[in-house]
Amino acid sequence: MFRNVAELVQLAENKNIKIAQVMIEQEMEVKEKTREEVLSLMGQNLDVMERAVEKGLAGVHSFSGLTGGDAVLLQKYIQKGQFLTGEIILDAVSKAVATNEVNAAMGTICATPTAGSAGVVPGTLFALKNKLNPSREQMIEFLFTAGAFGFVVANNASISGAAGGCQAEVGSASGMAAAAIVEMAGGTPKQSSEAMAITLKNMLGLVCDPVAGLVEVPCVKRNAMGASNAMIAADMALAGITSRIPCDEVIDAMYKIGQNMPTALKETAQGGLAATPTGKELQEKIFGVSLNKNN
Amino acid sequence: MKFKSVFDIIGPVMIGPSSSHTAGAARIGKVARSLFGRQPKWITISFYGSFANTYKGHGTDVAIIGGILDFDTFDERIKSALGIAHQLGINVSFREEDAVTDHPNTARVKIGDDAGELELVGISIGGGKIEITELNGFELKLSGNHPAILIAHNDKFGAIASVSNLLAKHQINIGHMEVSRKERGKLALMTIEVDQNIDQSVLDDLSLLPNILQVTKIVD
Repeated sequence: MFRNVAELVQLAENKNIKIAQVMIEQEMEVKEKTREEVLSLMGQNLDVMERAVEKGLAGVHSFSGLTGGDAVLLQKYIQKGQFLTGEIILDAVSKAVATNEVNAAMGTICATPTAGSAGVVPGTLFALKNKLNPSREQMIEFLFTAGAFGFVVANNASISGAAGGCQAEVGSASGMAAAAIVEMAGGTPKQSSEAMAITLKNMLGLVCDPVAGLVEVPCVKRNAMGASNAMIAADMALAGITSRIPCDEVIDAMYKIGQNMPTALKETAQGGLAATPTGKELQEKIFGVSLNKNN
Repeated sequence: MKFKSVFDIIGPVMIGPSSSHTAGAARIGKVARSLFGRQPKWITISFYGSFANTYKGHGTDVAIIGGILDFDTFDERIKSALGIAHQLGINVSFREEDAVTDHPNTARVKIGDDAGELELVGISIGGGKIEITELNGFELKLSGNHPAILIAHNDKFGAIASVSNLLAKHQINIGHMEVSRKERGKLALMTIEVDQNIDQSVLDDLSLLPNILQVTKIVD
């Protein structure tokens, strides 16, 4: 069982296989399942992700009224052709937003690695589908590669906002996506780890400050930034750019930053955006009471 | 290693919005249902900490009732669980508790009917993973991620050995096991997480062992 990114990359390089394959083989061993069973289970997760993207792009709204409809706005904007960045990046962003809008509206999603950060990995995957034309098996592999990097973060740091801040949720999701994008685009295992490191470095210190305690504001838009961050870092790694700080050390830094973060900034709705005047106003409007009894 | 499977990272498939507040709550409810073994006539849920503060916005209330109705984390019926419970004539009530608990996401579930009652405490530790920390007054630790059985037994010598021997005979490996009792020599509880799924025939064999009072499979 690989314990860190260095071992993961080493395993893939030694056997001359993809990161996805390393993860698939480990899962087969741990769960005593066949390759077909493991791929089939991940295929079901892929189906859920695809349906969530489609549902979000059709337009959804949450019960609180805080989020919804932004994925649709972005798609319309892309269609007008007047965008400033790029079509694939905006497509990834809209699909990440779509997924998280569905999540906020109590729709069905696949937690990747959590529900609040569920948009980043499928957002980038389904945007790349149009560009790289992957087979279904390659799309499933994308999820195993993302999962392999998330596995390392979960075991050495955290994927929970309450434990490690939003850097642990959307930051992890973003790094996982970057690594998987690199592999799907034909990069090496080492380049995947560089992309993960570059992405996560840019997410360090990110607080978890959900307004009214709900996984909506700022979470949905952070999934958008997580997706674009992943795409940029993947392109950088594919261009041959490396991270001066090795991936495992970045993960360790993230863990320590999370430990040093005050609890007000770790999913308690007592700090950050949740504690702004508007944040508190929205909280009272939604729940009829203020959660910050001391403020 | 806390996480052993890639599906802990890519998964679970669930109804949003929060893996800890919604999927975790549904799983706590489902464990209560499995232990009770039938549909209850009444349900009282006490929410603590973050659960108490935000359960309405996160659908924690519908999720936990959905779980008690035996719905999975991804079952679309979760959204209408309160209405479904009402139609089934189940009396449901919620309490928002002020007490500070060890974990911010804590729920106490009491369910029952004319034939009996059950009370458990569950915590939601992130990403949809849960632990059951109390059952009918017994303290215990149960992740809900592996096949698990609960065995109520008399606190007598040989009771634990006979259970582990029988599991060994069926080539079932114990991953985690705890024993707790309220008082020496009286009622005790074994909590056993195993690596392999357990057939009904094994449960039947277990229940025939001396000093074993009740055997329940709680997670498949």
